Amino acid sequence: MANKKAFHKKESRSKPLPAETDTLTEISKVIEQKHNTGSKKVEICLIVISLLFLFVMLLLPLLVVVISALKDGFTAYMNAVTDSYTIKALTLTILATVIAVVINTVFGIFAAWTISKYHFRGKQFLVSLIDIPFAISPVIAGLIFILTFGNIGWAKGLADLLGTKIVFAVPGVVIATIFVTFPFISREILPVLNAQGKDEEEAAALMGASGFKIFRKITFPHIKWALLYGIILCSARAMGEFGAVSVLSGRLRGKTTTLPLHVEILYNEFNTTAAFAVSSILVILAVLILIARNIVEYKKKQ
Amino acid sequence: MYVELKHIYKTFDGFHASDDVSFGIQKGNLVALLGPSGSGKTTILRMIAGLDVPNSGEIIIDNVVVNDIPGSKRGIGFVFQNYALFRYMTVFDNIAFGLEVQKVKKPVIKNRVKELLKLIGLEDLGGRYPNQLSGGQRQRVAFARALAPNPHLLLLDEPFAAIDAKVRKELRTWLREMISQVGVTSIFVTHDQEEAIEVADEIIVTNKGKVEQIGTPIDIYHNPKTLFVAQFIGQSTIINNHRTLKDFNVNEDCSAAVLRPRNIKLFGKNDADSITGGQNGTVVDTSFRGDYMEIKVKIDDIVLIAFRDLEEPSLSVGEKIKVTIKQLHLFSE
Repeated sequence: MANKKAFHKKESRSKPLPAETDTLTEISKVIEQKHNTGSKKVEICLIVISLLFLFVMLLLPLLVVVISALKDGFTAYMNAVTDSYTIKALTLTILATVIAVVINTVFGIFAAWTISKYHFRGKQFLVSLIDIPFAISPVIAGLIFILTFGNIGWAKGLADLLGTKIVFAVPGVVIATIFVTFPFISREILPVLNAQGKDEEEAAALMGASGFKIFRKITFPHIKWALLYGIILCSARAMGEFGAVSVLSGRLRGKTTTLPLHVEILYNEFNTTAAFAVSSILVILAVLILIARNIVEYKKKQ
Repeated sequence: MYVELKHIYKTFDGFHASDDVSFGIQKGNLVALLGPSGSGKTTILRMIAGLDVPNSGEIIIDNVVVNDIPGSKRGIGFVFQNYALFRYMTVFDNIAFGLEVQKVKKPVIKNRVKELLKLIGLEDLGGRYPNQLSGGQRQRVAFARALAPNPHLLLLDEPFAAIDAKVRKELRTWLREMISQVGVTSIFVTHDQEEAIEVADEIIVTNKGKVEQIGTPIDIYHNPKTLFVAQFIGQSTIINNHRTLKDFNVNEDCSAAVLRPRNIKLFGKNDADSITGGQNGTVVDTSFRGDYMEIKVKIDDIVLIAFRDLEEPSLSVGEKIKVTIKQLHLFSE
């Protein structure tokens, strides 16, 4: 309203003829109304469409998960959730996630730092390399590792040398998880580091600060929210990873099954209630991550 | 000479940022590196600081060749163009940083920072963060931070570029006073000739990676050695056919002449004093410039720019006047 008034005033000042001013005001009023009602309608339409879509595609399936999980009563639900295979799958999922997050954090910071602070040949190539897990299907990623570390793989000797089995074992699950999640953290930090520029670090270095001190006092405070956000995205993706883990783990029940794999096994055995009950654990984890994500996003904006 | 550069060459991807740069700076002087953007002045400053490494040549500070000594061990303070204040530290911590790194004792640091805050007139703002300060205040903090560890040489990269025009003039005088008070040898980079003339004891004019001229501001203004310097310092008109001007038909081999507006005197029909000699000219354009009038005069086919005091009778466009020229700078390039 205030806007409109200001507009009228200006109009009358520049056009001193009263009759003309009136018509002009009328016209602008009509235009404004039309414009307003038009955009309002579009706005409502768009909101309704997006809400409907989200309800059908996201909320409804989640509700189904919860309802199906509790179909045979709370006891059956608790039995499925506290089953020893489920606990083992949960433990493995969390283990793989934690290791993937730690390794990807270190790698992500190094990669983002290198890319944003140094000029070198093939820099763009390195940036593209980091994105490979986004581009390659996880199943193929799993196969790549089988062909590398499996019985016919060229690097089998390396795994034997380390005294561990990689394919169809826990290390395989961890490697698969790391592979599919490694772009998340570096991708989040990179734009923030690029925006910061080199000046502050150069200034600190000129005063004789060590590399570690520069990172701790200048770089880290700058990237910490982006880093946390990346960690959250990375965790979410790591917990839900199915394809690569499915191929590389061999699905040895109780040994190399993560939660998503366990759900699939239960489902294939027509144990629907248990499958949904275990799924609900993943849903709860997802909701927790979502809440954390929103908090971090809010802080990041501040 | 306290700082000396000897035959410095530096290229970036085939671009000659420094092309045989040599000069020396006396201890205690405030020197301006002046040149248009892309002339290589910032590169010179960054090489003295150790932020860039020359391809060849020697950099000497206090009789020591510092090429292989890291910037942090050269005893310099650096003020960045956008100040590069540590945005997650308070003003106090920013100024204290250099001393902390040197493991100076806490109470000593505290005293030194307080002293510097007083010097820059921001005693009450020690607890603020850089984004809570105005541009001018940030500049002062950057200055104090660079001075905190008592450097022997202060380097400033376009120290006034990020400040609006009004505060800039104030800060210039302030900085000039501060530096003479502290007595530290200083080099600052600028593309603004007015700034260099006003602040510096000595000016080094750079162009296309080379040093064009070194001298005091007055010396450079009165005796420009190259056509570039004559154009860059002070206002001027360049003419190629100066022989058509009366009394200047010398046979020297030169391709261009530079004429300063202050060296031209105009005599209109209403003027109190008139002359018999001089050249005949026509007023082509007059415009008000605040403290003076800028007059364009046509002599034959040459158009000159001259200044005229406001107290003198005004000239009108098309008026026939007499013109005398005191001095021409001739260049054979």
